[in-house]
Amino acid sequence: MKMTRGQLAYAIFNYVFLTLLGLFCLLPMLNIIALSLSSRNMVNAGAVTFWPKQFTLSSYGYMLQKSNLGPAAIVTLKRLLIGLVFNLGLTILVAYPLSKEKDTFRSRKYYVGFFLFSMIFNGGLIPTYLVISKLGMLDKVWALVLPNAVTMYYVLLMLNFFRGIPKGIEEAATVDGAGWFTILVRIYLPLSLPSLATITLFIIVGHWNEWFDGMIYNNHSEHYPLMTFLQYHVLNFKTSDLRPEQIAANPALADLEGRAIKSAGIVLCTLPIMCFYPFLQKFFVTGIVVGSVKG
Amino acid sequence: MSKGNDNNRSRLSIRLRKELPFHLMLLPGVLLVLVFKYIPMVGLSIAFQDYSPLFGIFEQDWCGLENFRYIFSLSTFPRVIYNTMFIALLKIIAGILVPVTFALMLNEVRNIGYKRTLQTVVYLPHFISWVALAGIFLDVLSLDGIVNSMLSGLGLKAVYFLGDEKIFPYTMVVTDVWKTFGWNAIVYLAAITGIDPQLYEAAYLDGAGRFRQTLHVTLPGIMPIVVLMSILSIGNVLRAGFDQIFNLYSPLVYSTGDIIDTFVYRLGILGAQFGPATAVGLFQSAVSFVLIVTGYWVADKFLGYRVF
Repeated sequence: MKMTRGQLAYAIFNYVFLTLLGLFCLLPMLNIIALSLSSRNMVNAGAVTFWPKQFTLSSYGYMLQKSNLGPAAIVTLKRLLIGLVFNLGLTILVAYPLSKEKDTFRSRKYYVGFFLFSMIFNGGLIPTYLVISKLGMLDKVWALVLPNAVTMYYVLLMLNFFRGIPKGIEEAATVDGAGWFTILVRIYLPLSLPSLATITLFIIVGHWNEWFDGMIYNNHSEHYPLMTFLQYHVLNFKTSDLRPEQIAANPALADLEGRAIKSAGIVLCTLPIMCFYPFLQKFFVTGIVVGSVKG
Repeated sequence: MSKGNDNNRSRLSIRLRKELPFHLMLLPGVLLVLVFKYIPMVGLSIAFQDYSPLFGIFEQDWCGLENFRYIFSLSTFPRVIYNTMFIALLKIIAGILVPVTFALMLNEVRNIGYKRTLQTVVYLPHFISWVALAGIFLDVLSLDGIVNSMLSGLGLKAVYFLGDEKIFPYTMVVTDVWKTFGWNAIVYLAAITGIDPQLYEAAYLDGAGRFRQTLHVTLPGIMPIVVLMSILSIGNVLRAGFDQIFNLYSPLVYSTGDIIDTFVYRLGILGAQFGPATAVGLFQSAVSFVLIVTGYWVADKFLGYRVF
């Protein structure tokens, strides 16, 4: 089939436009990476675009050795691992009973009402903060894990996936005398691997990127997770905030204000996620499509 | 006591025994939601109290609607509501138009490798925290940043994207769409694959080219999903994006960029005015609740959508 001239123009326009759109997404990152790998003088002279000038790793050396990036990364890993266990476990445990129809699970509608209401109405910032502080959870990793351990969005994804599993399989197992727990663990979970992978990815990314809870639920900045650390100690940092004796004790602190060092901080804090999401692309796309909206 | 009643009771106990595992599975989740979602709702009563952190929540002095009277008397508050709705509505509209257009254009691409690479690239911003993205935009959009040095290279005047109060709201809309359009296109791309290929053949036989096929087959085919997403996004009218704006705004742009969530944060957490801050939060939650429920109701009534 030969293209007419109009069709060819349409196709070319399409490709050019989409490529520009892709570059539009990518170029700000490339600029930051180039800044992080360039010397201070070149950065300050405004000479760096998308390729490093006077290549140096000194900004990374600074972030890794002189800043508190390491301890913050450990807090993030902790919340991530504990959060993953709680969040994934609870998502499965809540989604499975709710995926049953009302003749199998008579009380379903009360639970649905309970969870639905918690999804569309909330107590807001101050009351939630007061509950967490009254429970003595400030400055503990639990404040970063438990409040959102039941995430309704994940529950809905999981529930819709469970619903797609043919009922016949379950009926056969019931006849053989299997209980609901056995059916969930032996039959449903092995069939739900794509959805479980998607939700695992979402939980990891969510915990990795969350910063606000780390900021308000911690009084001491040594308990900050990675993104709160980035926000508070790197991006908002101003040399004028330091007391003279702090600078005298650690002259390297004054360097934090530099654009190259901030850029290195951004790259270090986002790199792990950047490296692993492309490999899960196939999963999360199907996971979302099955789980969210069905026409 | 009749025999039927006994029968009923034993049937009830069988049912309970059969459904007991379900209740057990739900128990931990219910407890956590109770503690971290429902107890704070009780805490909303602070909105009607002259709250002092020195006393427990039931020992406070009640002050009726005083906190509401106070916040509505603040000259900044109407402005904050206006800013919130202005930014949120623009984000909702652009947040539907751009992903739909992108999905339609991507659907025209026949080269699978190109298509997949492009998708990976446009999903990238979705995976980056607003904290890091704000760091990137604060640099890229600053006066020494690469965007302004390109503008000056073209002989144009420098633009203070994040410091000019007239431009700031639009910067928020554009950067938000930039972060989300690729990810939000996923549903539309999926809907496109569900369209019956025979419709395209029929259109082709009628002499429609690719562009007219897109316009007359693909677009109507995904319209139900587009309408559904629009209805469901109405609930976000009072949520203009705290993570983004908190990390990008400054006192320079409070007049156009301060939104309800940032206002509550400064009033409550920084200013320790718990009563008034909770009152603003309650106002926001209540209005959002009505909007979301209306959205769900419309979606259920006309499009057969159910949440659970």
